[in-house]
Amino acid sequence: MPKVSMTVNGKAVSGEVEGRTLLVQFLREGLGLTGTHVGCDTSQCGACVVHVNGESVKACTVFALGCEGAEVRTIEGMANPDGSLGVIQAAFQEHHGLQCGFCTPGMVMSAADLLKQNASPSEREVREWLEGNICRCTGYHNIVKAIMAAAATLRGEQVAAE
Amino acid sequence: MYAFDYTRPASLAEAIEAMRGDEAKALAGGQTLIPTLKQRLASPATLVDLTGITEIRGICLKDGAVSVGAGTRHAEVAASADVRRLIPALSHLAGHIGDPQVRNRGTLGGSLANNDPSACYPAAVLGLGATVHTSAGRAIAADDYFQGMFTTALDEGELITSVDFPVPEKAAYMKFVQPASRFALTGVFVAKFAGGVRVAVTGASEGGVFRWAEAEAALGRSFAVGALDGVEASPDGMIGDLHGTPEYRAHLVGVMTRRAVEAAA
Ligand SMILES: Cc1cc2nc3c(=O)[nH]c(=O)nc-3n(C[C@H](O)[C@H](O)[C@H](O)COP(=O)(O)OP(=O)(O)OC[C@H]3O[C@@H](n4cnc5c(N)ncnc54)[C@H](O)[C@@H]3O)c2cc1C
Ligand code: FES
Ligand code: FES
Repeated sequence: MPKVSMTVNGKAVSGEVEGRTLLVQFLREGLGLTGTHVGCDTSQCGACVVHVNGESVKACTVFALGCEGAEVRTIEGMANPDGSLGVIQAAFQEHHGLQCGFCTPGMVMSAADLLKQNASPSEREVREWLEGNICRCTGYHNIVKAIMAAAATLRGEQVAAE
Repeated sequence: MYAFDYTRPASLAEAIEAMRGDEAKALAGGQTLIPTLKQRLASPATLVDLTGITEIRGICLKDGAVSVGAGTRHAEVAASADVRRLIPALSHLAGHIGDPQVRNRGTLGGSLANNDPSACYPAAVLGLGATVHTSAGRAIAADDYFQGMFTTALDEGELITSVDFPVPEKAAYMKFVQPASRFALTGVFVAKFAGGVRVAVTGASEGGVFRWAEAEAALGRSFAVGALDGVEASPDGMIGDLHGTPEYRAHLVGVMTRRAVEAAA
């Protein structure tokens, strides 16, 4: 079987995979990083979003072998070095941006990509960006609020939770 | 998904060689092909991953046209300063395909090779009268390239390498989004050139993307919404499915064309 090597959350990893092994399978089953979820497996829900070389992608729609040599970041790599929640994660908690939490890893990874490109998104831009992230529980309102708050925190502003 | 061998050539020459293999299939962004493989609707023996080939990626200006490499991803086309300046309608189209994650992987070449009857790029290629360049050294005019839904002029194993888009005086793409798939329930690309107007319609016809000749003639006389008074698309041959009847789509063709003219003017 072919071997694949990549960096995941800053750590060099490698493993044997098949041609058809998806990145999400390699992460979850090969590396035990089960924070990345599979919601639909049809490229539509965004629960599986991770970063490959700094860009958000659906890990259920990328082959592991296609990520040879890549820098991959998953939800497990989003906490602060001391283990406390990162800014976006903390904002989701503070603003009730999750209920069951199934969509949350993908939401956080998608939001992180947006905020890297656009430090001050409008609410509309946040909603448009989340086109590929489906949530069955929250109605999106608090997710959008959490991302707006995280953006403000990252810009160094104070925000009060409601 | 059935098992297959995977190869990722570093050059176009190697990819052409690999495509000669028995039941070899190209893989670009995988945003259509991977879901297809999961459904076991395709069973290639070898997948030839094109994402390592830098020669077919990127955007440049060539003889007054905007040349886009087949491996260029939707997000790159949307963000390109040259595309924004010269053909803002193309930038807008690329920036509204699917969602950000699809745009970070999906490519122009993959979209055109697939020729989904509801895809966005075919409307731009036909609407702008672009030229499709291939690994066989062919330069295929848009009018000859699209041959019905999921059917193109490409031969077995032939790869798209780049597409040259002529720069119009004015253009716009208007897409009525099918909210579940995010494809076009109906989309219309209108482009005005010194020599005439082209109107390309996607998402509507059972024959795939097509040019709406009556609207082209009317807009050629006067590029204004009023020129379309009394011009109607026929529901004959339009797609009828759970998202809309042929009559509904025919109506949308008219509405989206008017909106596109308004946006372009
Ligand atoms: C959730 C979702 C929403 C989407 N929404 C839209 C939308 O709104 N509008 C739209 O237009 N599309 C949409 N798409 C489709 C998307 O644009 C795909 O990226 C595109 O259709 C295929 O491009 P790809 O690079 O991913 O190709 P792949 O999936 O890798 O390949 C598709 C086909 O093209 C062939 N191929 C690939 N590259 C070449 C080449 N250079 N030469 C010859 N053959 C080649 C492959 O062999 C395969 O048959 C959506 C997809 C998803 C998953
Ligand atoms: S599991 Fe990947 S998009 Fe739903
Ligand atoms: S919190 Fe349950 S799916 Fe989003």
